[in-house]
Amino acid sequence: MTLDVQFTHRLGAFALDIAFNIAAPGVTALFGPSGSGKTATVNAIAGLLKPDHGHIQINGHTLLDTGTNIWVAPHQRRLGYVFQDARLFPHKKVRANILFGARRAQNEPSQTDVDQMIGLLDLEALLERYPANLSGGERQRVAIARALLSDPQILLLDEPLASLDAPRKGEVLPYLERLGEASNLPIVYVSHSIDEVTRLADNIVVLNKGAVAAQGEVTDVMARLDLFPLTGRFEAGAVVDAVITGHDRQDHLSEVAFDGGRLWLPAMDDPIGTRVRFRIRARDVLLALKEPDAISANNILQGTITELRHDAGAYVDVQIACGATPLLARITYRSQKRLNIEPGRHVFVIVKSINLDRRGAVAPRLDVEI
Amino acid sequence: MALSEAEIQALLLSLKVSAVAVALALPLAVAASLVLSRKEFPGKFVVDGIVHLPLVLPPVVMGYLLLVVFGTNGAIGAWLYENLGVRFVFSWTGAALASAIVTFPFQVRAIRLALDAIDPGLEQAARTLGAGPLDCLFNVTLPLALPGLIAGAITAFAASLGQFGAIITFVSNVPGETRTLPLAIYTAIQTPGGEAAAARLVVLSIVLALAGLILSELAARRIKSWTRQ
Repeated sequence: MTLDVQFTHRLGAFALDIAFNIAAPGVTALFGPSGSGKTATVNAIAGLLKPDHGHIQINGHTLLDTGTNIWVAPHQRRLGYVFQDARLFPHKKVRANILFGARRAQNEPSQTDVDQMIGLLDLEALLERYPANLSGGERQRVAIARALLSDPQILLLDEPLASLDAPRKGEVLPYLERLGEASNLPIVYVSHSIDEVTRLADNIVVLNKGAVAAQGEVTDVMARLDLFPLTGRFEAGAVVDAVITGHDRQDHLSEVAFDGGRLWLPAMDDPIGTRVRFRIRARDVLLALKEPDAISANNILQGTITELRHDAGAYVDVQIACGATPLLARITYRSQKRLNIEPGRHVFVIVKSINLDRRGAVAPRLDVEI
Repeated sequence: MALSEAEIQALLLSLKVSAVAVALALPLAVAASLVLSRKEFPGKFVVDGIVHLPLVLPPVVMGYLLLVVFGTNGAIGAWLYENLGVRFVFSWTGAALASAIVTFPFQVRAIRLALDAIDPGLEQAARTLGAGPLDCLFNVTLPLALPGLIAGAITAFAASLGQFGAIITFVSNVPGETRTLPLAIYTAIQTPGGEAAAARLVVLSIVLALAGLILSELAARRIKSWTRQ
């Protein structure tokens, strides 16, 4: 799938100048702070906003081209849109809601498809209810099913979890994860939560003040020091994709390997070979020039300093290449001077804590010291 | 309380005139409400004013204007009479036309309120799910505005039952043709010994008005249950 978006638009005092190109399948996150233009961008893709200038193409099919005056109406764009506020039709029962798009689809889904979707999103018990009698999480599940059954070419999710409290988020997230893994449908996922992005997305487009600040694979973009102000200083960290290589039942640990080394994590149930993704926050990483011994941390990697960034203040952000994987560390300016940490130096990387973003597994996220 | 034949005639005529007036005005009221609720254009306040004019104009003035426009010598009335043989004056259709125009603002107000209360996001959602503009109008917008349509129709029907000034000015007081309930009450009061008849017709009017109020209250409750989300 390809999604090619380039447009400029003026909304009062707010100017949008957006250009990005997604050529890979999977989940693409549109990430940025509130007011960065995320929703306007998705609305432009959906045809709910008509940009002043630009073009939008999905799989080579032009939806908008102001140069040649092409504008495809929203109902002819064949896309599924899940809104932040669900937007179920209050006068229709859940069943009629999820069939609304299906009845109008170019390829109307079969009864089997409908039943499968009802099963996938656990809607069986809700079918005869009105939206007013659903919880927030239930509404979003219905909205997702409704969008998917309209036989879309692409699924747009605009902060589908933002209006939910933490337990409701935990209720819907596993369905989204399953969705990303089970379907070949390209997904554009709008979010301002770095947690959701690293958990769900393969690619990321970072928006800031109406413009694209960065785009690429999540692992690459999250490792960029210059984006720290946008990705959130406190939560910022490197995203690592790895594979489970072993289990130590006695110590309740599992070993994962990635290009850059091996790490021990609290035991996971998944079999050897399962792909996992985790995040190592910059503030959870220590650097040492000599190999530390007699230290409680189990996870010590080696790498080479590739980049430093010191904005005014006590801290310096450091990027370290461990194999081909960039890790990030935040150390004090004083330590950097004292240890003479400069690009090219070889260091030991002590990982204090790992945020596990388990993909595909229905488990609460882990955030543990090891 | 037995009603005379003439009184039953007045009652049935009133119901017929009001029903036709509501049915005639409803599609136009929906269209006007959609324009006023959804469109922004220069001079919108003028359109808004014209729609609401019958509410504030004295009914006699409305009747006079109707005569000028729809009378057999009126601008539109003459054309209709010569080309289609339609005559409003002295006819129950004229009474229905007068009622329709005078109660038009009641319908527009109720429908517009209902339309304004609909989350435009629902229409957007329908569009992304493959519904074209008309599909969206008939399957999302109007069903959601239905309580407003019902409330508007009931209010207009009830108001139409009470029309006096515009009808008597425009189409006169012809027994069996344009003598609706209010005109029949007026005639009874003017007739020596007609007090009992007038009283019966007044009670009838009160019962009809109460029924209208109860119906519109039920419709209002329906609106509430739908906008709970």
